[in-house]
Amino acid sequence: MSRKTLIPIGPYHPLQEEPELFKLYCDGEIVRDIKWETGYNHRGIEKLSESKSYDQVFFLVERICGICSTSHPFAFANAVEEIVGVEITDRTRYIRSVIGELERIHSHLLWLGLAGHFLGYNTLFMWAWKYREPILDLFEMITGNRNSYAMFKVGGVRRDIEKSKIPSIRREMGIIRKKLDLLTGAVMDDPVIHARTKGVGILTRQDIIDYAAVGPTARASGVDIDVRRDDPYAAYPLVNWKVITAEAGDVFAKIEVRLLEMYESASIIEQCLDALEKLEEGNIALKINEIPAGIGTGRAEAPRGEVFHFVVSDGSNSPARHKIRAPSYVNIATFKKSCIGQTIADATISLAAVDPCYCCTERMAAAYDSSSGEKILNANELIEISMKRTKELRKSEAGHE
Amino acid sequence: MGFKDHCFRKSLWVFHFGGASCNNCDIEILDCLTPRHDLERFGILLVGSIRHADVLLVNGSINRRDRDRLLELYRQAPKPILVVAIGACGCTGGIFAEGNTFAGPVDKIIPVDAYIPGCPPKPEAIISGIVKLAGKK
Repeated sequence: MSRKTLIPIGPYHPLQEEPELFKLYCDGEIVRDIKWETGYNHRGIEKLSESKSYDQVFFLVERICGICSTSHPFAFANAVEEIVGVEITDRTRYIRSVIGELERIHSHLLWLGLAGHFLGYNTLFMWAWKYREPILDLFEMITGNRNSYAMFKVGGVRRDIEKSKIPSIRREMGIIRKKLDLLTGAVMDDPVIHARTKGVGILTRQDIIDYAAVGPTARASGVDIDVRRDDPYAAYPLVNWKVITAEAGDVFAKIEVRLLEMYESASIIEQCLDALEKLEEGNIALKINEIPAGIGTGRAEAPRGEVFHFVVSDGSNSPARHKIRAPSYVNIATFKKSCIGQTIADATISLAAVDPCYCCTERMAAAYDSSSGEKILNANELIEISMKRTKELRKSEAGHE
Repeated sequence: MGFKDHCFRKSLWVFHFGGASCNNCDIEILDCLTPRHDLERFGILLVGSIRHADVLLVNGSINRRDRDRLLELYRQAPKPILVVAIGACGCTGGIFAEGNTFAGPVDKIIPVDAYIPGCPPKPEAIISGIVKLAGKK
């Protein structure tokens, strides 16, 4: 007779888009089923949006998620501009892309650090977050805030990237490339990371299609989708870059995809800066006096996947309906495939791999299974199990050499 | 020197509660612990259980689902405990105060010792707030 133990993870994860409660049903050390509950982070944003003017909604959608706080304004701007039917200026396109790609670098570094932390590789955590700081400094220089940049408005952007600021952004891109080489080396050369992440949390191509997963999660399983290329917006059709994919679908492939995407982002930013140098300063926003009645859809590629905004306008100064779909919403469902059949230690990193912001460090409660009365692990114990496994592997690796 | 002064004189252990937030404050709090700011050199440590904590950091707007859990955490906390509300949402509800699920702000639910405003507050502001609070007591 097998008795299932319930392990709750959550509900408070400081870095997730939506705090959720995950329940892992375990048989011994093997995860047999997973369930989740949402609603802890429900703020009624879609409803709030209907009470705000189009200019104010940008500040609201920016605060859906602080980590990808440009993706939502990006998608909303695309949606409203579709209703108005305007083409933004080239300079605006380049500025928007620079902000979007800087954000991708900072978000991927953040995720890489957290993934390292879950594996018990805290040096990687500290390195990645250290090298993320200069990116936030760039944001502060360009937009005036480290997060929540308030750069977007209908028909343009709020602040220009002046010529005087371009050299320092360019210099920082050079530095971040070197740091990325270092981080890539740290990940690719470590046999323990290979052992912990290869063949773990595999999502096949069919799983991705079944669950409609998006972003790096899908690209790591060989599904070649990227809104930046498939439904071009901003400056992405104007610069050279490629969509990174991997075939394996395991955690290692997801690390690989994200690392390589950061190089692409740096290259996109440099090309945008080249173009910005040639264009004249100013002329960063079109004057739009009225939003006509109509329906608009906007898509943008956030660091985690496709953000989708649907806006209905009735001709007044606030949206009549505003529907938002964030990438984590679909990506989280893939846990059903990636975690079941794994050990608890591997489930932690499998969960972390799908959503870049999975952090359960202080958010899990110890609890008792009502049917068996068995003690259930708390957050720190779960991470300890994961760290212990890495240590053991490290020891056995050392033994082989 | 009273009992409270004695408690908060040395390393402060911090428990972090993120309500219905946008994560900005959460990552800035974690940022305080990473190499640039490195709060651990002052003995400030994030702990996994409220029962070990001297300080309760609360950020994000509090919705109806979070409210009871925040109350329960406060009840479990060893007293005396310092409560710090971080960010515009923690202090007042911010942009989400008009939302239909809003049940806060934090100071309507539990007593708050310090407010650190900003959206999000910079790590420097968070450090400065905690230092002032520790100095005052």
